[in-house]
Parts: sequence; structure tokens; C-alpha cells
Amino acid sequence: MKTYEEINSRIESGKAVVLTADEIIAYVDKHGLDEAAEEVDVVTTATFGPMCSSGAFLNFGHSKPKMRITEAWIDDVLAYSGIAAVDLYLGATQLRHNDPANMYYPGEFRFGGGHVIEKLIAGKECQLFALSYGTDDYPLRELRTTFSIQDLNQAIMVNPRNCYQNYNVAVNCSDKPVYTYLGLLEPNMGNITYCSAGQLSPLLNDPFYETIGVGSAVWLAGARGIVYAEGTQHAPTCERNDLGIPTEGAGTLALSADMKQMSSAFVRGVSLKGYGVSLALGIAVPIPVLNKEILRRTTVRDKDITAPVINYGGDYQARNGKVLGHISYADLKNNSVRFMGKDIRVSSMSSYGKALEAAELLKDEIRRGDFHLSRPSAPLPKEQAMRGITMKEPAR
Amino acid sequence: MTTKRLLFIFQKNATEKPVMSYLVRDYNLEVNIYRAMITPAEEGYLVVDVTGSDEDIRRGMDYAKGLGVTVNDREKGLSWNEELCTGCGNCLSHCPTGALKIADPATRRITFEEQLCVECLNCIPNCPYGACSSIFRE
Ligand code: SF4
Ligand code: SF4
Repeated sequence: MKTYEEINSRIESGKAVVLTADEIIAYVDKHGLDEAAEEVDVVTTATFGPMCSSGAFLNFGHSKPKMRITEAWIDDVLAYSGIAAVDLYLGATQLRHNDPANMYYPGEFRFGGGHVIEKLIAGKECQLFALSYGTDDYPLRELRTTFSIQDLNQAIMVNPRNCYQNYNVAVNCSDKPVYTYLGLLEPNMGNITYCSAGQLSPLLNDPFYETIGVGSAVWLAGARGIVYAEGTQHAPTCERNDLGIPTEGAGTLALSADMKQMSSAFVRGVSLKGYGVSLALGIAVPIPVLNKEILRRTTVRDKDITAPVINYGGDYQARNGKVLGHISYADLKNNSVRFMGKDIRVSSMSSYGKALEAAELLKDEIRRGDFHLSRPSAPLPKEQAMRGITMKEPAR
Repeated sequence: MTTKRLLFIFQKNATEKPVMSYLVRDYNLEVNIYRAMITPAEEGYLVVDVTGSDEDIRRGMDYAKGLGVTVNDREKGLSWNEELCTGCGNCLSHCPTGALKIADPATRRITFEEQLCVECLNCIPNCPYGACSSIFRE
């Protein structure tokens, strides 16, 4: 048994033993759970992939004369201005003004909110265009200028839903191509796509949210961030296997961090043909080895984690709850997987390589004494299901 | 006799010259144009299968290069930018030849094996990060 204080003081003195969730598997195999629980202080988990429910609060400071912004575009991407005078929220999936979207189906979706966020973090100049109706105290009605992240007072990423615990695997059983947020799905189960870091993924290493809670310190694209709440659609009440690993979406995290500390290698705009734009993020979460059971759960392997296969050629849209079957991440990591009597080529939306890099970088920061753990101020809900919306009028 | 697929890239001032006719007339080469394009900036690209003796092919290439045309016998029009590639793997099931493939199963790093690429251009719309592009588009 170890406490947060003991682990943090070992980090402080530069003596903490830290391994990634990838390395811990072989380590525990070799040394046994008892010895490993004594030795290891922290296991770093990570993921890299598109996380649509992300965005940024930006504060521009006041112009001369002052302006109370009521409409705004950054690089022609609409930002929400229904906040205070010079605060904006830029969402990852917002399209650029005049993007034809799917008018010429399938659309290309080359640029949007996620790409603006990538540019900002890479230190590039962006254009702000803002309008206002003008007031006695904020008379300016139009403003156009360029800026970079350094010019902003604050640039805080606030992501209502990141780090899905597990996720759907998509196939298309229809006879037409289907363009989705999991990529192009070829007809007649022509390919299959998934999006998870599997055995490295944060919430799959802490399936019961014993250490990851509200207030936990996380590594968000290189910046020290926090879990500020349960993520939206957090639904821990779900099917789980014998190890307690969810076999469907389940838990999520709401994360926030200072964008000025982020690294552009882990913040990338995403263009998904026929679907839209998004933002891919690299996130690493440290798990303190408080006891043997917590350590045991970090040794989870791809072969023990399965994801539900959903037909995005009809069932997904209809929300009929139909699951075609389950496939393990060990199987999905091959070039092709056998499913329903067919060998199907696999694509992925999640980069295991980038996730490994993030886990390694956090490991180094903890070893150097630059990243301390924080005890959650409140746990994430452990029982809670996800509701759908009730349509009180017929579908159109 | 050898057949080689060559990529000719014409800068703006070189596009007026009938390079292909000279290759046929003066260098005994058979040419089979496989793909061609002139951009709005008046630069041009030609992908050509050239058949002839090794010596004639070499002389022909030197001749074109002497006119300021870039001639490439290795590169494809498809380019994969390693810097932009995140290694997500979305292209994998869309690349028919396995030219884009996993280099290392442990890290799932991706490589591009140019010889295997048939320039179907499937990977371009299927790369969410803009890592794949072709000189024949834009
Ligand atoms: S152009 Fe076609 S063959 Fe070449 S790498 Fe892209 S998908 Fe593969
Ligand atoms: S889809 Fe693009 S980013 Fe992803 S692995 Fe292929 S080339 Fe790299």
C-alpha cells in the first residue's frame, strides 16, 4: 500500500519508478505482482485520436475603442461569442464559413475549428474578424486583425468529452460506401475500423475509476491539465467482462489545460471525408500504484479487451442497439481480422505510436520530478447510464 | 530493350518544347504517355513509359534534364509526408497494394514503400491528417 503523499515525495526526490502501461505488462510477468507493487510507483497510460468534443476558450483583451463582440470568426471559422465582451469559444468540429459540407457529396472538409487550434498551438498567425451591434460603453462595431497564441491573455482548452473508455468498431453491411467519423466504410464489410489505444488507454487501465477522478492531474498534449468533471455521456453502467473491462463505450473524461504549454505534435486538425472536421489530441494519464489491485488492472492486455462491432450501414443510424459481435484489440491490430466468416482489412483512427510517445513523455516528466500526481477531489460516478433524446414529434 | 516509367516535371519556361517528339526522333525511344497535367501555374507533369536501350534512355534523360526539365525514374507522383503522418493507420485498409504499411508492430509506425504504390490515390482522401498528396492534384 502506498499513499499519494508517499508517491509524490518519491517523485520530488527523483526516485520514483515509472513505467508505461505497455511496459508494465512484461514487468509484472517477470517480477510478479507483489514485488512489482512494492517497486513501481506510477504507470503512465495514454491515447491519441480524434476527440470531437473539444474546444478552446480564448481571451483577446480589449481593443481601442472597446468592443463587445457578438459574432466572430477565426480564419473564417465561427467562434461562439455569447460570453463576455472579448471571450470566445472555438469548437473543434466547426466548419469554415462557406465550406460546401456535403453539398458535393462526399465533401472534403479540409479546414475547421480543429485546424485553427492546431495552427494556434504551432504558433502560427490566425485572423480574427469580429462584429458587434455597438453599445454606449463598447462602441466598436467591426474589427479585423491577425494574432498568434502569444497575443492572447488566455487560451484554455476545455473539452467536455475525451478519452472514451472503449469504443465501437465499425463495419458497413450495406451495399453502398458509408462515410463516417471512423473513416470510409466500404460496402459489404469491405473494411473494418476501430479507435482506441487498447491496453495503453487511460480508462481501460483503471476500469472502475479508482484513481482517475475529478481533479486528477493529466498530461494534455504536453501541458499539465486536469480532469474537471466526468465527461459528457459518461456511462459506467454497461456490459463488462470478467475483468470488469467495459465491452462498450462506458466512461469518459472532461479535460482542461493551458494551450500555451501544449506541443503541436499532439494537437492535430482532422479532415474526415464525407463527415466533417475534428481535432486529434494526445493525452496521457498517470495511475498511482496505491495497491496491488490497482497495479493488476494496469496489466490489462489487448487480447482481454473487446469492442462491440456495429453496422454503420444502418444499425448505428437507427440506434437499434444491435451488436454484430465483439473483437479484441489484439485481433484488430493485425492487418486483417476474421469476422462473420470473412477476412476483413483493418483501419484505425487512433495512433498507438503517438499514444506510446505521450506515455513515454509523461513518464520522463514524472521521473525528472516535473509532474506530480493529484488526489481526486471527487470520484467519477460509478453507476450511471446514458439516455437518448425523446422525440416528441415524428422524425422528418 | 528496357521499359522505364519516368516522371517529367516541366517548369514554366520548359513546357513549350516538344521534348517527347525529340525523345522519339533523336533517341530512338518509344514513349507511352500514362498520365499528364498542366497546372494553372503553367507547370506540367508527364508520366511516361519509355522503351529503348539503356544507353538511349540515359541519353534521353540527360537531354531532357539539359532543357531544365526534372526527370525522375524513382519517385511516384504520390508523396507521403512522414512529418505529417500520425501513424493512425486509417489508410491501411484503403491501400490496395500495401505500399502504406505498418513498419513496426510494436509502435505501429507506418512506412511508405514507393515501389509498391500504383498511384490509385485512395490514400489521399482517407488520410485525416493530410499526409498523403499527389503532384497530380493541385
Ligand atoms: S496511391 Fe494507392 S497504392 Fe499508392 S500508397 Fe496511396 S493507396 Fe497505396
Ligand atoms: S492515414 Fe495518414 S496519418 Fe494515418 S497512417 Fe496513413 S498516412 Fe499516416
